[in-house]
Amino acid sequence: MKKSTRMIIGFLLLALLFLAVWLIERAMGTNSMVITVLKKGAVYALIAVSMNLLNGFTGLFSLGQAGFMLVGAYTYAVFTIPMAKRMAVYQYYQGGIIQFEIPFFLAILLAGVVAALFAALIGMPVLRLKSDYLAIATLGFAEIIRAIIQYDKLGPITNGSNLLKTYPTFTTVLFPFVVSAVCIGIILLLIHSTYGRAFKAIRDDEIAAEAMGINLFRHKQLAFVVSSFFAGVGGALLAMYQGTVQANAFKSAMTYEILLIVVIGGMGSVSGSVMASFLFIACSEWWMRFLDSELMIGTFKVPLLRSGFRMVVFSILIMLVVLFYRRGIMGDRELSFDMFRRRKGVASK
Amino acid sequence: MIDKLLPCLLSGVSVGGQYALIAVGYTMVYGILRLINFAHGDIFTAAGFFMVYLAASLPLSLSLPLVILLTVALGFAVERVAYKPLRSAPRMSVMISAIGVSYLLQNLMWYITGGLAKQYPVIPWLSTSIAIGPTSTKIVTLFTPVLTIILSVALVTLIRRTKIGMAMRAVSRDFETARLMGIKIDSVISATFIIGSFLAAVGSVLYFSNYTSVTPTIGAMPGLKAFVAAVFGGIGSIPGAVIGAFVIGICENIIKMLGYTTFSDAFTFALLIVILLFKPTGLFGEKISEKV
Repeated sequence: MKKSTRMIIGFLLLALLFLAVWLIERAMGTNSMVITVLKKGAVYALIAVSMNLLNGFTGLFSLGQAGFMLVGAYTYAVFTIPMAKRMAVYQYYQGGIIQFEIPFFLAILLAGVVAALFAALIGMPVLRLKSDYLAIATLGFAEIIRAIIQYDKLGPITNGSNLLKTYPTFTTVLFPFVVSAVCIGIILLLIHSTYGRAFKAIRDDEIAAEAMGINLFRHKQLAFVVSSFFAGVGGALLAMYQGTVQANAFKSAMTYEILLIVVIGGMGSVSGSVMASFLFIACSEWWMRFLDSELMIGTFKVPLLRSGFRMVVFSILIMLVVLFYRRGIMGDRELSFDMFRRRKGVASK
Repeated sequence: MIDKLLPCLLSGVSVGGQYALIAVGYTMVYGILRLINFAHGDIFTAAGFFMVYLAASLPLSLSLPLVILLTVALGFAVERVAYKPLRSAPRMSVMISAIGVSYLLQNLMWYITGGLAKQYPVIPWLSTSIAIGPTSTKIVTLFTPVLTIILSVALVTLIRRTKIGMAMRAVSRDFETARLMGIKIDSVISATFIIGSFLAAVGSVLYFSNYTSVTPTIGAMPGLKAFVAAVFGGIGSIPGAVIGAFVIGICENIIKMLGYTTFSDAFTFALLIVILLFKPTGLFGEKISEKV
């Protein structure tokens, strides 16, 4: 198949997917479980891919994703709360000091830009560190960002540790799908460019990459900033999905969850991360819900089933993947037409 | 000023001692496996819950040793189940496994407790109040640093003088060569985890005697801070970890006293980043040269 035909088929499939999602929303109603899962899955897909760009493609073990999402989510919320409602939201800070609002699509873009700026600043010192130190330092920065946002003196801007709410949210499930698809498309273009190849070279062997003339620091910085940009956009989308946002929720546990999604999907596979996001969200929000409620069969009460059991089973499943199925769903391959063809070829032999 | 500074220093030293007991576990595991054991903070929390549940039905003289035994067993089991199968895997996989274990333990504890904070039992002698000058404090505040120093001296002696200590030093210096010399790597690693978990259990008794309520995620922050302490002191060095922990404990309480409570956590990480930038090997760490 020629490259151009493949592109066209790819876009057609994507359009079909959008159509299917739209039809599901029509049929099931906006508040159904399927739609909730699809919305959250789309948001997490973008965030997971952005993390994969760092951890899977560049080999930088960064654990700061929640921090950049937090920056994105707050930037979005702060600038889009309607003027009329500021007094109610910022009730402890006399309506806050930001007395204007910007359109939501601009705010999403701004969310990414601000997160990227933070990343550029943080990256300068941190990216010189090696693997585990980098992990701890980025984790630390995410915690510092969280502490600063909750700081009382910044209340007029960030509303301190209180909720931000009443900003525009999703009106249709198609919105997160389109934004995520565009962003993931841009990340894919980056991965397939010279920069992307340099990232992979750094991942595979830093010293060899440097010897080949790749500027380690510049490329790491680029990967870090781009990844954080999209984490910021993802954070804005997450804020839209949730309807309210509070800094306290963006703990390191959130980063761990995203990292586990990336691992389940396969480090270094964009399509894997996307699939794993939907799978992860569907499992945790929907398919395993029944584990949380008590169940009686006749007079027999099924043991163990009660609130919280879902997450236990879920984390055991994740451990099994981590231990015995280390490459995840996709390994470092991508979902492609060739994959199906080759499989068929093998089968016909 | 002095009447404010004294209790602040006291609680700083006490918190520092608790961090130190956790930090030693981190630094030993890191020294040998080059692994940040993200689950260590959760093992510390689990020790707190063991105590809550055991003390409800058993006398203290029985529940205290049982808590330590159970915690050690948990640490040992985590190593065997989650880290041992990944011995030859890339380091990133082991770290992810550690994060997975931490996630599992937190969810498990949430399930068992129903997500509610549990009241830590009062340990008679430790919780007694005594007066020091103008202020009064619990005995545990004074007892913690003393016990910490005794335990770390004992541990350093163990590592310097005994056969297993020598094996630990050999393994941390060179994994492969140690194995060629006939050292049973797996038992050395298990011993490391056992010692680490034992200290975490002791630390948890002291910590929760002070803070009295246990929640499933309470160990995460002290865990991370203890790790920072280990890095500060030079990872792999036990005296370094202890000193680092005391420095962090005291600084944190001074910051709290000055009224910047929000930033007491942030300070720890800021310290970490400064240390990593200017002296990546910490106070007492050894230089590692990069091999191609």
